[in-house]
Amino acid sequence: MLPHVKAHTMTALIQIRGLCKFYGNFQALHHIDLDVSTGEVVVVIGPSGSGKSTLIRCINLLENYQSGEVLVDGEKVVRGKSLAKVRAEVGMVFQSFNLFPHLTALANVALGPLRVRHMPKREAEDRALALLEKVGLAQHAHKLPGQLSGGQQQRVAIARALAMEPKVLLFDEPTSSLDPEMVGEVLDVMQNLARTGVTMVIVTHEMGFARRVADRVIFMEAGRLIEQAPPAEFFSAPREQRTQAFLQAILQH
Amino acid sequence: MDLLDTFFNWPVFRDALPLLLQGLWTTILLGAVSILLGFVGGLLLALVRLYGAAWLRTVARIYIDVFRSIPLLVLLVLVYYALPFVGIRLTSFAAATAALSLVSCAYTAEIIRAGIEAIPKGQFEAADAIGLGFFSSMRDVVLPQALRIVVPPLTSNCINVLKDTALASVVAMPDLLKQATQAQALAANPTPLIGAAVLYLLLLLPLVRLVGFFEARHRAATR
Repeated sequence: MLPHVKAHTMTALIQIRGLCKFYGNFQALHHIDLDVSTGEVVVVIGPSGSGKSTLIRCINLLENYQSGEVLVDGEKVVRGKSLAKVRAEVGMVFQSFNLFPHLTALANVALGPLRVRHMPKREAEDRALALLEKVGLAQHAHKLPGQLSGGQQQRVAIARALAMEPKVLLFDEPTSSLDPEMVGEVLDVMQNLARTGVTMVIVTHEMGFARRVADRVIFMEAGRLIEQAPPAEFFSAPREQRTQAFLQAILQH
Repeated sequence: MDLLDTFFNWPVFRDALPLLLQGLWTTILLGAVSILLGFVGGLLLALVRLYGAAWLRTVARIYIDVFRSIPLLVLLVLVYYALPFVGIRLTSFAAATAALSLVSCAYTAEIIRAGIEAIPKGQFEAADAIGLGFFSSMRDVVLPQALRIVVPPLTSNCINVLKDTALASVVAMPDLLKQATQAQALAANPTPLIGAAVLYLLLLLPLVRLVGFFEARHRAATR
């Protein structure tokens, strides 16, 4: 393989450069630099308030930031006409699901393809049904979100994000508001996605999941990126003292 | 017996009835057109008030404040009796429709704005994250939810508009009240006025009941 060609195609799918974010005087993110390659699964962990959710919400500009830049597939993410286009390429799954409560599961999933990709209704619904099948919810396609359990709602939300065929999926604590018995079904779906090569950035407190699924684990604290490593190395031999303290605290049980 | 003959005189009522029904029809037409125009205008006004450019938001706010402050009767008289001095001569129906819908716009806008503001932030974020544009976010995600929330106050506003149509009688609009007062003068008997009052009640009581029903349903749904 020609080295210069390889270098070009290896350009990271997500490039974050010198990202700084303030809430008033409080600095939530300190000069974050982060690259995510195509097909990579990156898990971001850290204590609450460490800025991990803020960081991934900056990627599709749900949060504004004061300095630095974010590029998705080489395109700078900025306010304006191009923003909706970039966002369509970046799927997002929220902690509180945020399904549209007045639409059926099927309509939730089909809405993006229908309105953003201008896909014919029939085709959008066929695709939505196939995706609901994939997350194990085909038989619930015509229910409203209110009639589904938390775990089922989150799986619909994942299908909704997938329907846009995004280049990357962002997960913002996808299991944090679920009852414990429903966490597994959502993590299973995510693990299957990871196996099929979907690029994912995941903020989570599920350490077992991080260990099994991540290609790279990132530890954040107080708005800083403290340490990153492949999971085997990260969990068995963390270099930074703050990482060690965090892991010790949560892995004690 | 005298009381019955005076206020509930059957022959007088029978003679006046066709006139009253004509008036009722005019009242309903005037109310319906004003409500419709007020809704469309109010929806646009609410969106401008929330999402327009800064100066447009200010214009919308001023409009809403002014038209919620001005007495409808004053506005009606202005439109009908003052505008002709600058060459704008409206029929009584057009004048009444204009005045009623201008005011209804302002109230509707505030109601819809409150509805939109009650939608959780996560709904807007989910719509943004999919890449929906402003128009689609509103049509497919926000407004269907927001309008559902504000059905009771919107219905209340419809009731107010229908009631206020009676003011149109001062600009020679042959609405229900005007027809009733004319029939009363003709027959030298107040029965047609009673008849008009009953017709107003028949028209509006069900709507008032409907608001009560919506509110009870809403309470049950949010419990």
